[in-house]
Amino acid sequence: MKEGFESNEKPYFVLWTFGVVFLIWSAAQMFLLSWYGLPLSQSFLDSIVSGLVFTLASFIITNALRFYQPNKEKYSYILIWVLLLTLLSTYLSMVLINWLFPVDFAYISFVKASLPLRFLAAFFLIGSTAIFNVLWNTQKHRNEFEKRKSDAEKLAREAELFNLRQQLQPHFLFNSLNSIVALIGSKPQQAKEMVFQLSDFLRGTLRNDNEQLIPLKDELEHLELYLEIEKIRFGHRLEVLVDVQKEAMDMTLPAMIIQPLLENAIKYGLYDTTDDISIQIQSEMSAQFLELKIKNPYDPNSSPPKSGSGFGLRSVKRRLFLLYGRTDLLHTIAENGIFTALIKIPQNYDKGIINR
Amino acid sequence: MIKALLIDDEPLARSILRDYLTEHKQIKLLQECNDGFEAIKAINELKPDLIFLDIQMPKITGFELLEVLDDPPAVIFTTAFEEYALKAFEKHAVDYLLKPISKKRFQQAIEKYLFNPQAFKNQTNRLLNHNAIPEKFLERILIKKGSVLKVIPVNTIVFLAADDDYVNIHTLEGDYLINRTLTYYEKNLDPSSFVRVHRSFIVKIDQIQRIEPYEKESYRAILKDDTRINISKTGYPKLMAAFGN
Repeated sequence: MKEGFESNEKPYFVLWTFGVVFLIWSAAQMFLLSWYGLPLSQSFLDSIVSGLVFTLASFIITNALRFYQPNKEKYSYILIWVLLLTLLSTYLSMVLINWLFPVDFAYISFVKASLPLRFLAAFFLIGSTAIFNVLWNTQKHRNEFEKRKSDAEKLAREAELFNLRQQLQPHFLFNSLNSIVALIGSKPQQAKEMVFQLSDFLRGTLRNDNEQLIPLKDELEHLELYLEIEKIRFGHRLEVLVDVQKEAMDMTLPAMIIQPLLENAIKYGLYDTTDDISIQIQSEMSAQFLELKIKNPYDPNSSPPKSGSGFGLRSVKRRLFLLYGRTDLLHTIAENGIFTALIKIPQNYDKGIINR
Repeated sequence: MIKALLIDDEPLARSILRDYLTEHKQIKLLQECNDGFEAIKAINELKPDLIFLDIQMPKITGFELLEVLDDPPAVIFTTAFEEYALKAFEKHAVDYLLKPISKKRFQQAIEKYLFNPQAFKNQTNRLLNHNAIPEKFLERILIKKGSVLKVIPVNTIVFLAADDDYVNIHTLEGDYLINRTLTYYEKNLDPSSFVRVHRSFIVKIDQIQRIEPYEKESYRAILKDDTRINISKTGYPKLMAAFGN
């Protein structure tokens, strides 16, 4: 879009510039020719013709350089272009003048005598146009490159910050600290316990590398800490049923991939309801996949479940796509007041590809 | 004697404030509420002077609760982390307590209230009247019919129509009048699914069955329930943009 905008704007600017170059060139040449005693009509036509031809040559080299600018090592090409263009344009102006003044021999011989000068002047004009363009284009590319680079860096920084904040879950963290404060007075033993759980949970969150594959039992252990803390906060309202086969415990999955799904389940199941609730985690195994189901009740009158749209679910989908190049690994179903997230983790997947 | 209510869905969070309140003999804790609905009932019955209100709660948030009250009492908000809410609080100088809540900070808030209860109460009203309450986009709309509170999830809405000083919300289950402006909903409903197609209409775009030319240079939308909605000249490109993402 921006590209198109620029190319729409630039031609006018370029045309104006060359118009000005043409006028200045012609005026200067006309002045010179009159100085050497040429009649006004001849010096006028001569100047217009030469001015037109040389400005055209400058315009050609400008456009050529806009579309193709040789590398630094090949700047000699530009010199060759400039020389060729100068020769061509000097020759062309000669031909035109010959054609315009076929009978005035004195004038024609004057033109022939002044050829080396004309050539040098044209070379100077076309050459400096080329140099100016090379500098201009280089600067423009550098600016664009810098801007792209800073945009990309800014984006990466924002994403990193967002991830960090997401990992630390300020809401969860501060609420847990508040619960600890409450427990210190009434149940100091439980308060201590909760401090340890919270520390272990945070440590786990910070340690986990998103790229890493870990066994399911490690992920579940980490989630257990999270759930224990939520249980203290919400008392007996929360019940978690984990139904995972023994064999599945050693199957691997990307670290922290279940966490956002569980958070989602807690958010809609626990935070947004007032009844006792139960969250279920179930596993199923097949030759290629470890399948996990996370189920939670929700209140259809309060928060319409939006399948796969919340940030947590989107980020899981995105990660699965980045890791496995597939978009069909996470499904969500909301029916009869139960929300189910179904995630499939490919097994025996070439680790080299993941760790790339 | 000052009558107070505690509203928070976490028992432990309530226990801290209850504990702090025992030192203020002039404040009488009437009741503790576990969620917004319970709180509305208690506020209407007990008419407290001051409430301690958590923002994130099940069913309805602390803000939604305040909006359906006819005469909200003085409020001290309690919250763990609500980036957007905090900005609004600061702008309107409403008092709020950040969790974990310290005794010192709690006492400051109480002193501020006791210094001028009426001014304190007005701050909250000002916050509400300015529609300053930040939400991402509305997920539900609350409507009070007498003493009954109706929750309308936004995904059941078909379209909204301006009706004098009111907005008529047409849903799959029925129509509801609410004392708000259409512009408020234009601002606060997710623009990727709700489009203001006309000065008087906002349509949920997945409810549109087809769009046909209507009179000169204008169009109208035929909804799934056969309602016909006029689309204005400025509304048409907005609708097309929403369809084309």
